Amino acid sequence: MSMTQLPPGFKITRESNTEEFFVNMGPQHPSTHGALRLALRMDGETIIELVPHFGYIHRGMEKQAESMTYLQYIAMSDRQDYLTAIQNNLGVALALEKGMNIGVPERQEYIRVMLCELGRIASHLVFFGCFGGDLGGQTCLLFGFKEREMIHDILEEVTGSRLTTNFFRPGGSRFDVPENFIPRVKSFLDHMEDSMKDYERFLSKNIIVQERSIGIGILSKEDAIAYGCSGPVLRASGIDFDVRKNNPYSIYSQLEFDVPTARNGDCYDRYNVRIAEIHESMRILRQCVGKFPAEGPWRSKEKPVKLAAGRYYSEIETAKGLYGTYVVAAAGDKPYRIHTRGPSFPHIAALNKMVQGHTVSDLVTIMATLDPVIPEIDR
Amino acid sequence: MTERITTKQYIKRYLKRCITGPWSLMCGLSVTLKYFFNPKRIVTEQYPENRKTLKMHERYRGRLQMVEDADGNNHCTACGMCERACPNASINVQPTKNIAGKKVLGRYVYHFASCTQCGLCVEACPFGAIRMCQEFEVATTDSSTLEMILNKKEGQG
Repeated sequence: MSMTQLPPGFKITRESNTEEFFVNMGPQHPSTHGALRLALRMDGETIIELVPHFGYIHRGMEKQAESMTYLQYIAMSDRQDYLTAIQNNLGVALALEKGMNIGVPERQEYIRVMLCELGRIASHLVFFGCFGGDLGGQTCLLFGFKEREMIHDILEEVTGSRLTTNFFRPGGSRFDVPENFIPRVKSFLDHMEDSMKDYERFLSKNIIVQERSIGIGILSKEDAIAYGCSGPVLRASGIDFDVRKNNPYSIYSQLEFDVPTARNGDCYDRYNVRIAEIHESMRILRQCVGKFPAEGPWRSKEKPVKLAAGRYYSEIETAKGLYGTYVVAAAGDKPYRIHTRGPSFPHIAALNKMVQGHTVSDLVTIMATLDPVIPEIDR
Repeated sequence: MTERITTKQYIKRYLKRCITGPWSLMCGLSVTLKYFFNPKRIVTEQYPENRKTLKMHERYRGRLQMVEDADGNNHCTACGMCERACPNASINVQPTKNIAGKKVLGRYVYHFASCTQCGLCVEACPFGAIRMCQEFEVATTDSSTLEMILNKKEGQG
């Protein structure tokens, strides 16, 4: 078939006698983790090119934010990346704090770091489960969700909700942590230490996982930077960049932790970096449990949330990568415009580079290791 | 990133993996067996059976409720702060006037269907007149029950 005109988005021209065909993956495919359509140009079972189509669950959050108060936008940020909702709350709260020119007490800083690290572990556990599940091991899915449920129980007790936390506020948070928060985190960490051994025995050394992920979906250093990747995807390609280290916010500069990196940038490296990050998060949590101030104020300001006119930007490291919030504030309690820089969007943009020459079953592996959250891409 | 290796090396690696491969699968299976022989490690809750002991946390955000004393009086002054704080217009405070001509609460209409249980209304209330209850089984077969009037009595001026 001589292809005189390709469908929109496809660019590669090639001289070939073989017959090409087009396949739609999604928007209802379980391995795309949401409503995402991937248009594939195939030669036999090999993918020549891929074009992602976004927007199936676009809600116009940035436009809606213009008619919302700042507090309402914090509730909205839960609905972007729902796996790291608590970290999104922090990202927005930090930007607003810059506008209000206030800080938070030490106790609140520890609350923030601890809840965010718990959220990071929860998000990486979903990755662990979905990665195993997408490769055909449904047992992993339940294993990952077992420990995640314990984290969500802690989050529910502290914030009042499992996923849509809506917790951090500029100058503090909604509540102080309850008394049994520290003992609960401690017992969770002890339990988790044990479970991590099971996890690694179960999946990391598994021959099927290794055969299906080593050398698959390689993202080079140069491409990772060019596409604006961040988080574990960037670090797996060998770049040592973590906002917590390079541009520290909250009290991360006082805590001791390493930034795990890998060299090859293939699926197995991305998996290993995330597993190593769970260990680092547990290390941070152990330090926080030791240093947590037993008493002291937990918020510096209650109400109202009113910003001086200006432009404020904050960036944090969520479990997925760099989450930036850019607030253009008009004087008062409503923003002129809020823009969000989400981590998953660049990762899906880089997907085309990774899948070329691989098969559809490899695409499922690559999608799983990118760990995208579609509501965060579409917003 | 395909590394070049000789045929001899390839065969050696292949044979090695014939041993290590099944061993790694056995390792994984041992985790499964661990759970099989230790039922205490299983965390599944028998949900409808444990209804009596299943209690939500104090801060759990369920349906909106009015804080009432024993006589059914509430603290609402119909100021409308909750209505303004709500991101999706789930609350409609309808004030009325009492005999003395003072503004009091007439009806507190709550649209549960559009409520996301974010809790901003409770946070905004200066009088502590509303709270979110611990009820979590809120499914209904009749959509008209989702629109409710929360106050039992009209406002006390």
